Amino acid sequence: MSTETEIPPADAKPEVATPPPKPAAKKPEETPVELPAFEKSISDKIVEKFGDKVEVGFVKEDRVRINVGRENVHEVAEFIRDGLNYDHVESVSGVDYPQDNEIEVVYHIGSYTDSSLARQILVLATRAQRETNPIPGNDATRLPTLRDIFYSVEFHEREVFEMFGVFFEGHPDNRRLLLPEDWADLPPLRKDFAIKGR
Amino acid sequence: MTFTLPPGLALQKVDERIMTLNVGPQHPGSGHMRIIVQIDGDYIVACDPDPGYVHRGEEKMAEYRNYITNIPHLERPVIHDSCNVLYPYVLGAEELLGIEVPERAKYVRVIASELNRCIYIMYWLAIYGIFLGHSTMFMWPAGDRELLIDLMEKMTGARVTHAHFVPGGVRNDLPPNFEDVCLRQVNYFEKRIKEYAAVFYDNPILIARTRDTGVLSRQDAIRYGTTGSVLRASGVDYDLRIKEPYDVYDELDVHTNVMNEGDSYARSRIPWLDMMESCNIIRQALQKMPKSGSVRTKLKPNPKGKGLDSVYKRVESGRGSLGCYIVSDGKTEPYRVKLSVPSFRNLIALPNLLKGEKLGNMPSVYWSLNYWPVEADR
Repeated sequence: MSTETEIPPADAKPEVATPPPKPAAKKPEETPVELPAFEKSISDKIVEKFGDKVEVGFVKEDRVRINVGRENVHEVAEFIRDGLNYDHVESVSGVDYPQDNEIEVVYHIGSYTDSSLARQILVLATRAQRETNPIPGNDATRLPTLRDIFYSVEFHEREVFEMFGVFFEGHPDNRRLLLPEDWADLPPLRKDFAIKGR
Repeated sequence: MTFTLPPGLALQKVDERIMTLNVGPQHPGSGHMRIIVQIDGDYIVACDPDPGYVHRGEEKMAEYRNYITNIPHLERPVIHDSCNVLYPYVLGAEELLGIEVPERAKYVRVIASELNRCIYIMYWLAIYGIFLGHSTMFMWPAGDRELLIDLMEKMTGARVTHAHFVPGGVRNDLPPNFEDVCLRQVNYFEKRIKEYAAVFYDNPILIARTRDTGVLSRQDAIRYGTTGSVLRASGVDYDLRIKEPYDVYDELDVHTNVMNEGDSYARSRIPWLDMMESCNIIRQALQKMPKSGSVRTKLKPNPKGKGLDSVYKRVESGRGSLGCYIVSDGKTEPYRVKLSVPSFRNLIALPNLLKGEKLGNMPSVYWSLNYWPVEADR
């Protein structure tokens, strides 16, 4: 992960909660290539509305990635639904970054009602603080839920909660879904949970 | 009256009349999952699906294996639909590793994917028949499915779990004379499934049991983020083979089937219509496919991603849109693989559909969601 040397800009302003080294690594390669116009217009609308609260991760064909801090993710998602006509979340993935001490939660948002967006997936990424000794639900690994904006995230967020220990504040039903009720180990998709024998 | 909840249950005892009932995980009407229902007499007042009995940690395993050795285990979630469940992973790996796919391989993939869709739907239909006590509808699809399984065996060497798609194309070229055999069998298959109308889909008993049960409105189908046959049975015309064509679907003439009722009957009829559409697609693909040429781009040993990158690819599987999110960190293994599976996405509709329904209608509503427990659990 840390073979690239783009980490210094993230350290330069620690008060902003979006320091992923990933977009910084991608930006220089992408700029000489002409960005797809329609996708660019989507990311421009979000940047125009939120300014430097958001960061454009990448603009590729049919895919736009927006990185946002955890304190702004709720209002950005609300704008994505009301202002940009996206209507459902296809997938919520957690990605563990122990070297950044953060857990990233990635929402893949699509639209059924707006036919111009049928091909598009908007990738909304935010990051939660990571605990070395997690007590899921009772530590600082927290994010605001998007369930009141996109009803479809309900089970997806429950899955991220049990697999990564990210507690979604305001979620009506923060219970385990797939794991057994007596699971008493680390959340299993964190990188420090090792498979035996590997 | 105090009532202590077993761990993991959200349902509350509210009334002496209400009884809590566990359906599954050993019940033939639930598959490998438990549906906790609360009933008042014969009516369901609340429902809490409890999946996870076949969770095998596919996503975790994928972080320990390289891009090629991930192939056999990532198709395990749906062994009947193994080409489609692997498809988005292979498309994503090709983009991450920068591999071009030969034209002939793309057609072979489309044929394999459509054959697999039919094999999956036939299995699903057989179970739907037996759920409703219709033994003929169990025997017929289970038997006719063999035709296509034989075709897949000819093509890939395995009856299920083919592991046929690899980054860069498909594992092997088609056997000699495959096109003729495939065309003949697909034509017969299409004729055969049309006969299901008389025995099943026009059967007044089926219609009485599924019409107007578990009605999912168009707004709710969109709000819940459902996909595939569930979504199209509620009047939303969304099929990734048309909306976001992958491989050679943009060169083929693909139609989708949409119904507006949103009830269990519509949800059970759409997959059947999909199979006929699959037959059309297979015939077109056989005709347009280049008659010779490579089917696989040679890979370097242990291919690596190009550094920090992520990709989200999706395909239309037998159950709906199936997405795969791969994060690469430039190593030979993917950093994270996430499967966004249609069964898991459709599951959220179940508690809402069962509320107010009769308990006897539970199997027909549940299985009409085109739900595959193993896929939802991964």
